[in-house]
Amino acid sequence: MEPLKKHHGIVYPLNRSNVDTDQIIPKQFLKRIERTGFGQFLFYNWRFNDDGSLKENFSLNDPKYNDASILVGGENFGCGSSREHAPWAIQDYGFKVVIAPSFADIFYNNCFKNGILPIQLPNDAVEKLMEKAEDEIYGLSVDLEKQVVYGREMEVNFDIQPYHKEMLLNGWDEIAVTLTHEDKIDQYEKNTKGVKTLGIS
Amino acid sequence: MSQPKTIIEKVWDQHVVHEEEGKPNLLYIDLHLIHEVTSPQAFEGLRLSGRKVRRPDLTYATMDHNVPTIHRNVIKDQISKKQMETLEENCEEFGISLADINHPDQGIVHVIGPELGLTQPGKTIVCGDSHTSTHGAFGALAFGIGTSEVEHVLATQSIWQAPPKTLQVHIDGKLGTGVTAKDLILAVIGRFGVRFGTGHVIEYTGEAIRNLSMEERMTICNMSIEAGARAGLISPDETTVEYLRGKRYVPEGEEFDQVAQQWLNLASDPGARYDMELEIHADEIEPQVTWGTNPSHCVPVSAQVPDPLDAESDDEKDSIERALEYMGLEANQTIQSIPIEHVFIGSCTNSRISDLRKAADIVKGGRVHEGIRALVVPGSQSVKQAAEKEGLDQIFIDAGFEWRDAGCSMCLAMNDDIVPPGERCASTSNRNFEGRQGNGARTHLVSPEMAAAAALEGRFVDVRKQMSTV
Repeated sequence: MEPLKKHHGIVYPLNRSNVDTDQIIPKQFLKRIERTGFGQFLFYNWRFNDDGSLKENFSLNDPKYNDASILVGGENFGCGSSREHAPWAIQDYGFKVVIAPSFADIFYNNCFKNGILPIQLPNDAVEKLMEKAEDEIYGLSVDLEKQVVYGREMEVNFDIQPYHKEMLLNGWDEIAVTLTHEDKIDQYEKNTKGVKTLGIS
Repeated sequence: MSQPKTIIEKVWDQHVVHEEEGKPNLLYIDLHLIHEVTSPQAFEGLRLSGRKVRRPDLTYATMDHNVPTIHRNVIKDQISKKQMETLEENCEEFGISLADINHPDQGIVHVIGPELGLTQPGKTIVCGDSHTSTHGAFGALAFGIGTSEVEHVLATQSIWQAPPKTLQVHIDGKLGTGVTAKDLILAVIGRFGVRFGTGHVIEYTGEAIRNLSMEERMTICNMSIEAGARAGLISPDETTVEYLRGKRYVPEGEEFDQVAQQWLNLASDPGARYDMELEIHADEIEPQVTWGTNPSHCVPVSAQVPDPLDAESDDEKDSIERALEYMGLEANQTIQSIPIEHVFIGSCTNSRISDLRKAADIVKGGRVHEGIRALVVPGSQSVKQAAEKEGLDQIFIDAGFEWRDAGCSMCLAMNDDIVPPGERCASTSNRNFEGRQGNGARTHLVSPEMAAAAALEGRFVDVRKQMSTV
């Protein structure tokens, strides 16, 4: 996984609460067996008409957000299905950072596995970001090391679990990290004796 | 005496493999369930890094999300076909048991786990599917994970998880006649919203929960994720033990009695404390119908669609307006005036034998209303067989329902069971998100009884009135 330390990019504001993963990537695109190529289907039903043409009234289709790489959403972003296709689509489309007042747990976790930084900011900071990014092309800098986002007329610190932070800063392969504890997993299996087969514990 | 503990803490503590300051816990996983949609990239990841599946014997796979529920062996969609073939190849290569499309044990992953007895109290269970919370009905700690985590569990049989906060949802009193577990969980989400559970594991307690059958408990725990919770569970009791007795993967005889005692000991201790506590009274709950685009958008069947002007915040007003527009409804319209075109009885929420029995009771002797397409999709091939043995299939078919093979089907419309744009479906599934049952489809979540009654009437009706006339 690519490390993520600092990022500067244009903000795209998606001013809706409870954006679910069915909206982020509709189910008809979950049949692929690859991890790549999902960006073209991001927010598909919001971005496209039935004939495949762009919906003019959906903000992501506004050319001013063409180069956006920071997605700002409302409360409970990424709720619903556990599909990792959602962060895959967000990343493949070109977003590196997602900011929201709150995230759904599974989506939040899935982001870190893919080198996307989800940042939880207080409501008023998110509202301010939304306003700015709706009015103008608004650039924002993110410094993960210092846990701060800053742009014109705004600077906010954010919290993040040290483990998640390390993972992104180093671009860790989590499985490799876990396997450094393999002896403990062996020991656990020996101690519990149980979990012998599928059913019988 | 030691501090009283919740079942959540007990199961958690038993599974911690490794803990370290500033890190989540490394948690051992007892059962890993796999399906065709969220696993291919995980297996590919293993191959690319030359890793093996650590415990194929604790891993079980089936095909459910995009299997056809009719003409089983004619899979027209080549990409779906490829996904199923890929699962077959992966299970073969890594030595994992698979209930494939022609296997008698095939079914929705959250239906077959319990019916085979793979799901047991005290287990940690994961699956690349958010409705894994279903298995919590048994007092298992069960949660949905992403594909990277599926790969991680395949490789290490463990997962990094921060200890959850605990949340008690206490439901006292009794559910009225015709009011179901589905109505109860919808009412809870309607009252407290779609994110009250975020960061928490819910334990459902109280008289109303104790009185539920295992299948009804599964309906409750299934929808924990719709409240944002990481998992939802119910402490095991005699109902749990009796359900599991005799199941295929459960021990027999004396060994069963021993293990059953261990299960019962997992129940939350009296006086255990939770990080948060919520309460709701079962007696106040009516049959529920969702009117909007998330499961908290629900009201009693006797009520009206809400008015955005009554919203308490701008955010809520926006959300109601957008939902009404998508759903093609007017503010203040009565729920019982809403006509429907489709009925779907199925999904990991409500496709078990007791769901089908209850729906069949309503349907018996009736006719599906003109112009309505109604589907019954059993949750597993064994549910299907059991239903056919009791003659439920004939009741549905005689009334004009289609009787299908097992799968997720119209809950998420990955196969051909799709609701067309702008059309309306009374559905026993769990999500009424925009486009969930098909692009532009309008979903109303209800209980199997309410779906059956709507099928006969062509619109939503209070099933309790139908019951009194039967």
